[in-house]
Amino acid sequence: MSEGAIASPEILAQRLERELYLSGEELSTAVFLALKLGKPLLLEGMPGVGKTEAAKALSAALGLNLIRLQCYEGIDAGHALYEWNYARQLLSLRQDSNADLYADEFLIERPLLKALKEPTRTLLLIDEIDRADHEFEAFLLEFLSDFQISIPERGTLKAASPPFVILTSNRTRDLHEALRRRCVYNWIAYPDAEREARIIMLRAPQVVESTARAVVNAVNGLRRLPLAKAPGISEAIEWASAASLLEKGTGRWPEAFRRSIGVAVKDEEDLGLVRPELDALLARACGS
Amino acid sequence: MKLPQAAALLVDFTRFVRRHGFAFAHEQVVMFLGAVRLLGPRDIESIRRAAHATLPPPPDRQTEFDALFHAFFFEEAALASPAQSLPEEDAPVKDRGRGQNDPPELGEANNSGKAATAKESLSLRQFDIHADDAAIGRLKKNAPATLPRRLGFRKVSDKKGQSLDLRRSMRRIVEHDGDIIRLMRARRRKLHRPVVLLIDVSGSMKAQTQDYLRYAHALTHLADKVETFTFGTRLTRITNSLQHRHPAKALECASAQVNDWDGGTRIGAALGTFIGNPRYASLLRGAVVLFLSDGLERGGHDLMREAVQRIKHRAWYLAWLTPLAADARFRPETAALKDILVHLDRLGNGSSIASLVDHTLTLGSQS
Repeated sequence: MSEGAIASPEILAQRLERELYLSGEELSTAVFLALKLGKPLLLEGMPGVGKTEAAKALSAALGLNLIRLQCYEGIDAGHALYEWNYARQLLSLRQDSNADLYADEFLIERPLLKALKEPTRTLLLIDEIDRADHEFEAFLLEFLSDFQISIPERGTLKAASPPFVILTSNRTRDLHEALRRRCVYNWIAYPDAEREARIIMLRAPQVVESTARAVVNAVNGLRRLPLAKAPGISEAIEWASAASLLEKGTGRWPEAFRRSIGVAVKDEEDLGLVRPELDALLARACGS
Repeated sequence: MKLPQAAALLVDFTRFVRRHGFAFAHEQVVMFLGAVRLLGPRDIESIRRAAHATLPPPPDRQTEFDALFHAFFFEEAALASPAQSLPEEDAPVKDRGRGQNDPPELGEANNSGKAATAKESLSLRQFDIHADDAAIGRLKKNAPATLPRRLGFRKVSDKKGQSLDLRRSMRRIVEHDGDIIRLMRARRRKLHRPVVLLIDVSGSMKAQTQDYLRYAHALTHLADKVETFTFGTRLTRITNSLQHRHPAKALECASAQVNDWDGGTRIGAALGTFIGNPRYASLLRGAVVLFLSDGLERGGHDLMREAVQRIKHRAWYLAWLTPLAADARFRPETAALKDILVHLDRLGNGSSIASLVDHTLTLGSQS
């Protein structure tokens, strides 16, 4: 399937649904605009709302190769762009002192260079950019505006067709304005109850509808508590699957949910906060 | 060139939103127009989604943005009178770097007797300018080594470096036809984190402001990058004044620049101005931010809490040093302090230069 056939955000949303990803209208509009305007897409949202999943589903829906760069504190150009394979250079120099030390075989391609060198268009996912240092953000600016990399020994490399870039951030810190304004932006919020139930059933086919709805109700109740880490969509899916496993046709749903709370809330202080409220919350969730 | 009517309306909308304190660049407006064309536009909802994608409001201000959108496209009346009380107008910024702000505010300073008395009281206090020299000396001796640092992006050659500088080694080896003479080493540079000082100069802090300025002046000349602002009812950037080598001269300049000495307290509005100005907000990135204030806010403190939260989102370390903490029985019991406590890395004692210096010298162990 190609990008050209996507004429509207609705068609894009259908394509994504075929890849088991239910996007909201805001998200499909933003993706559509980024594709058509040729801009990078910046996705922000709480952890576990499906930012990385969105990129994976998009690569499948658009038929683009996914190249992923996971950011971390202290990431530098050597981890993002390229590195020379010095050991091999040294060996070949020992064998033949006239060897070309800067040939392709000595170049270790890191994700950004790899995305440029692919003959066909790729989807470049720069994951959790908020973890990287701000110098790295500044360095990305240059890459994202020209899609070219200069290697001193080799000259400048330019992409045959610029990759479709998706950046994700958990917003543990604010990103630089300069980066922000070059991108099309979408804040992925928690989906409404209806859509979240559909997502759970789509992702975990063994979960029946009533369970999915109960989980969505319970999870929404948990999100209203002041937790350090509120359960995301992925936790909701896991909780629904886990409870379905434990229930085994006994019909004791609240019991099954209570025993599997560990997949939804993964923090001792949070658990302490949830426990006194859990019974009432589950009774409400399973009842309605 | 004249824009078509529909496009002109959209451009007007971007101006309208900008006037309400949302910041975006010219290229984003162009992107917005392109996006609206791409989407049809079939209905008003598609325009709203295009605006969300290309002129992104911060997540916590989305409802405000939507309200503005609604006001612009559905309520003509709101257009006729743009909001009267912008936060910027509540607490004007005063800054040497920006000439256009100076003349009216200087006039104001001359007319107000309050500013004059404040200047006077400050010059009286100049007698004991050497009082805390021991503490300042301690700061001078230890701060350059202990102030927190961060790793720079680039590597520099260093004989005792942690990592091998393979690129340089390789070049050396090639020069010697493949013989390894000596491996080169490199390390990543370590730079001082920027320090941002926010000094409360309202009436309740009268006894401390002199000390705080002395401390700010000393620190300005010790660390790589120190930015100093004062706030009371308005925000003033005094970094330039403090660049003078001589403390007395620097303090004199700063006292002339600030004209809300010993006045009322509107911390929230002043901090809102600070974070609302992109030029200032960018100073916070990865910075050590020290509030020197008692945190006694008049009236509601919602603005203050919001501003502190936004500052924390950018800063690396955020401390609130209050003179009230000199008392061992001190507990953060005012509603404002309680509310911002979750965003603070530390609530400490800011009663004297010595206590400020003590705190500064422990900053390095944070990283």
